[in-house]
Amino acid sequence: MNLQEIINNLDLKVLTEPKDFSAIEPTCGYSSDLLSCVMAGAPHKSIWVTLQAHSNIIAVATLLELSAIVITEGAMPELATLARANEEGVVILSTEKPTFNVIGKLWEMGFHC
Amino acid sequence: MANLIKPFRTDLHVHTVLSPCAEVEMIPPLIVEYALDLGITLIAITDHNSSANIEAVQKAAFKTPLNVLPGMELQTREEVHSLCLFDTIEQIYQLQKLVTETLPPIKNEAEHFGEQFVVDETGEFIRREEQLLLVSSSLSLNDAWKFVNDLGGLFIPAHVNRKAFGLLGSLGLVPTDIQIEALEISKHLNPEDAAKQLPQVRGYPLIQDGDVHRLDEFNGKMTLYLEAPTIDEIRMAIHNNNGRLVGFS
Ligand SMILES: [Zn+2]
Ligand SMILES: [Zn+2]
Repeated sequence: MNLQEIINNLDLKVLTEPKDFSAIEPTCGYSSDLLSCVMAGAPHKSIWVTLQAHSNIIAVATLLELSAIVITEGAMPELATLARANEEGVVILSTEKPTFNVIGKLWEMGFHC
Repeated sequence: MANLIKPFRTDLHVHTVLSPCAEVEMIPPLIVEYALDLGITLIAITDHNSSANIEAVQKAAFKTPLNVLPGMELQTREEVHSLCLFDTIEQIYQLQKLVTETLPPIKNEAEHFGEQFVVDETGEFIRREEQLLLVSSSLSLNDAWKFVNDLGGLFIPAHVNRKAFGLLGSLGLVPTDIQIEALEISKHLNPEDAAKQLPQVRGYPLIQDGDVHRLDEFNGKMTLYLEAPTIDEIRMAIHNNNGRLVGFS
């Protein structure tokens, strides 16, 4: 399943620069708001669902080459964070829905790993 | 003649009965007595998101060798605890105003979280704090850092090595888009081991406190060498400037 399909199905807002999301295939999914857990546990190139919007999410995403970060409950990163994400090529997506609903929907779509 | 640099045995992270997780013994006269018994002459009162008992402890310490700085253990929206330390009550009340406005309106339920008592300098009950203090302000770490810094205070992420509410647990790394001046480690971690075990803290000055919730939790292992117990002097000690320094025993 590619990132464009996920964006469409979950009606996610793209906060970073547009790119060819259909060419990005997340390997797996992960969720935690503790960045120390994400650094230790998120699979390489996976999609990460969190409500943490602190700028350190970019460093973590870069480190693990994550396919995308989905920020839930409408939490908004600062503009400087989005600028850094664009520099590093990190995709940030946003939704008003809580993390539980996002993961449930991904699972329902058949995105299992 | 210039003042002399003197040793101050220091604990900059002390709770009172206002913090729901602190024991009822954490009243001003006992805090002063126990600190002095350990030879501690400088403390900061740092209740969770609150400052209402600071003046009572300052009064209890009046005419004793114990210096009491106003502080707060602020919980920002990243679920990170940071010490905000100041010289004056006016400064902490400015921070308090902002924090009060940014806490979610949730009432404390003492049977679940613990009592939140505001007391006088003898430890006599004045009132219960109604607002639950063990919650995150909607302030971001970066905004809080800026506000405290602009007020002339010192902003030090607390117990960074702890998984719960520690900077490294919640945010993985020390943020580099703000200028964090120092990090606090908890008393169970030897400062020398900290740099070995936690590569993220390398290069940052460390302080070590008791995170005192009970009278027997004063740390007493950190000594600051200062001319006077002020934020400017503590800042110099943290940065090892002008002969001021931080020592551990
Ligand atoms: Zn804490
Ligand atoms: Zn504490």
